[in-house]
Amino acid sequence: MRTWQRFTLAERMARFTVYFAVIAAIAASLQTVQVIPEFIADAPEQVADMLRRMWPVAWGFYPQGVHEALMESLHIASLGTVLAVLMAVPVAFLAARNVTPFAWLNYLAKLILVSARSVNTLIWALLFVAVFGPGALAGTLAIAFHSIGFTGKLLGEALEEANRGSIEALQASGAPWLSLALKGYWPQVRPAFWGIVLFRWDINVRESAVLGFVGAGGVGMALDTALNLFQWERAAMILVAIFVVVLVAEVATTQLRKRIL
Amino acid sequence: MTPIAAAEPAVASHRGAGAPALIVKGLSKEYVPGKPVLRGIDLEFAPRGITAVIGPSGTGKSTLIRCINRLVEPTSGQVIFEDRDLVAMNRAELRAARRRIGMVFQEYNLVERLTVMENLLCGRLGYVSPLKAWLRRYPQRDVERAFDLLETVGLAAHARTRADALSGGQRQRVGIARAMMQEPRLLLADEPTSSLDPKTSVEIMALMQTLSGMHGFPVIINIHNVELARRFADRIVGMTGGRVVFDGVPEAITDEHLKSIYGGEDWLE
Amino acid sequence: MAARTGSNRLAFAPNWPARAAWLAFFVYVAYAASRLELTPARFITGLDHGARFLSRLFPPDFQRWELLLKGMLESLQIAVLASALGVLISAPLALLAARNLMPAWVSWPSRAVMVLCRTFHPVIVAILFVKAVGFGALAGILALTVASVGFLGKLMTEAIEEISLKQVEAVRATGAPFMSVVTYAVAPQVFSRFVGFVSYETDANLRNSTMVGIVGAGGIGGTLFAAFQRFDYDFVCAIVLTIIALIMAGEVLTLRIKKSFGL
Repeated sequence: MRTWQRFTLAERMARFTVYFAVIAAIAASLQTVQVIPEFIADAPEQVADMLRRMWPVAWGFYPQGVHEALMESLHIASLGTVLAVLMAVPVAFLAARNVTPFAWLNYLAKLILVSARSVNTLIWALLFVAVFGPGALAGTLAIAFHSIGFTGKLLGEALEEANRGSIEALQASGAPWLSLALKGYWPQVRPAFWGIVLFRWDINVRESAVLGFVGAGGVGMALDTALNLFQWERAAMILVAIFVVVLVAEVATTQLRKRIL
Repeated sequence: MTPIAAAEPAVASHRGAGAPALIVKGLSKEYVPGKPVLRGIDLEFAPRGITAVIGPSGTGKSTLIRCINRLVEPTSGQVIFEDRDLVAMNRAELRAARRRIGMVFQEYNLVERLTVMENLLCGRLGYVSPLKAWLRRYPQRDVERAFDLLETVGLAAHARTRADALSGGQRQRVGIARAMMQEPRLLLADEPTSSLDPKTSVEIMALMQTLSGMHGFPVIINIHNVELARRFADRIVGMTGGRVVFDGVPEAITDEHLKSIYGGEDWLE
Repeated sequence: MAARTGSNRLAFAPNWPARAAWLAFFVYVAYAASRLELTPARFITGLDHGARFLSRLFPPDFQRWELLLKGMLESLQIAVLASALGVLISAPLALLAARNLMPAWVSWPSRAVMVLCRTFHPVIVAILFVKAVGFGALAGILALTVASVGFLGKLMTEAIEEISLKQVEAVRATGAPFMSVVTYAVAPQVFSRFVGFVSYETDANLRNSTMVGIVGAGGIGGTLFAAFQRFDYDFVCAIVLTIIALIMAGEVLTLRIKKSFGL
């Protein structure tokens, strides 16, 4: 009797292990997490209460309390993205195996990228506040350093997918390495590059809103103050403002991405 | 399968005037140790004329072409071009030497997203600094030469068209023009017509023949269409099993030779 | 077309829109930098502090490793539970939001819920939950669940909207109830993509769980923040290094899992 199975034994065992591990992890976490059951039961009530206190939204608060800070967050997001891209491009070229044929350089570049994105923007912000003092400089650098990780990784992957034939032709004509990178690889990854930049900027607009919680500038500080002083309506105003900005940014990037593709 | 030991006496007796443009001595290549793809090839190429290298797939024709400009590193042997051994050069010297060798590819190998003009100017990358190339500040002389070449290959109307908007034949003409931008002393072609229809293939071969006659450089073409080889080449080199088994003028190649190169009779009918 | 007279033919047409855009860009950068007071002077003084700061970071101090481990475990728990809850809620929600399977009055509110969940940064959501349900891991779990629903929901809905409806019709034509249609026609087409999304989101939750503690929602972030405020920079370094190691391990694991599902 000939049988047919979709997956080999090894594959099935691997999948089974994954399922098992997932269930085990969830069960273990449920047992050990220190959450008091009464709080869980209470939670919906508490959340509803908080939302009730946020109404009516303090619209008048926007001009003096929110606008400046919101603009500051936008500038932090934009400049941070620009800085990140400037730093990420060379690292991405070094990380791509087909561009840089030295394995140790590839590993070093990839290590830099992984470390950069493993540290959250907020944690970077803490570090930079400790070095540069509170304010927008720390925030911009935090956004920049965290973003290098993702931008560099995605750009490196785009480079590795480039058509090697064109590069071979340029090599055969005696072009130096830098010309290969600029005239051979770069034109091929340009659309992917802009897509990555827009995508990252969109995410950074969200990230920049929270930097203020650790003193790194932007609208987060206003929100932190309002919440600590229990000024719920003002907090609500800030949240609405953030919502609008994020929505506009997402729409803008979606439209722009359609045009570059 | 034993290669023909006795090639016809009408062997490469068409040496052009002057010293050979390219000498290949004892060229060997083993991708996997112990399984050589090229077994000690010895060839000399005159400074004029088209040489077609024919043979079945996997016999090392492409490897031979690519070993000449070291896109594939030879395991041993010498490639002497302009009085210097290319195999012994370091990377910088090799780059300088490659500027004088043009190459045309089966898949055209253009930078698809760039315009025809920009692809042509890429042929000068060996001569222009990276910064200038990126800023598109090529010497006007190169730009003029590019426009002239476009007219020669019949693509003057497409200077600003993107490469991926062209047909296969048009792209190959851009590829040839790009190689010509280098003002090469030798042109290599790795199956330049394999992706083209029969009519276009003839046009491309004719173009290379015209250019080689006009500018006076030798052409080495790796081709598997024997008819095209017969029609356009001044000399045919037949390879099998990593060795040269025929080397002579197209008129001298007989069905016997072709059988021993390619094996079997059926395809000859 | 290039002019063909004499020796001044242009190889490239000047691209005025692109040039204008670049000019606008540089003007903006200069403007924004001045608004944020990002002067080179500040940066250079900062570098000096930076050097001193770096020396205070190293060598990392792992003496309080029990505290470190406790915080990391709590972060892991938050990530695991938030991912599990997130999947449980997103899957049905995504189904409801699929415009090719549901009428508009069902799909639009569902999509709106997902957009709302996505808008706010997990940290903001975490703070709100802390204010609502108190400090601790519960706030963190709830916050990351909300974030997961937002992202997973969007990705899953897109996947469902891209399936071939022929299979759905075929199963419907047999008179099968809705859940069977889902199980036999929808689920098989989207399953492997879902696995990819869930691994991506679990990875994201792991990253986020390390920082929600900064605002009191549990996990290693709280330990980190406390160490910062005590100027205990050696311990800070140890924590950051551990976080990097954890997230790197998470990335590798995610890749392995995707491979075992043939992705």
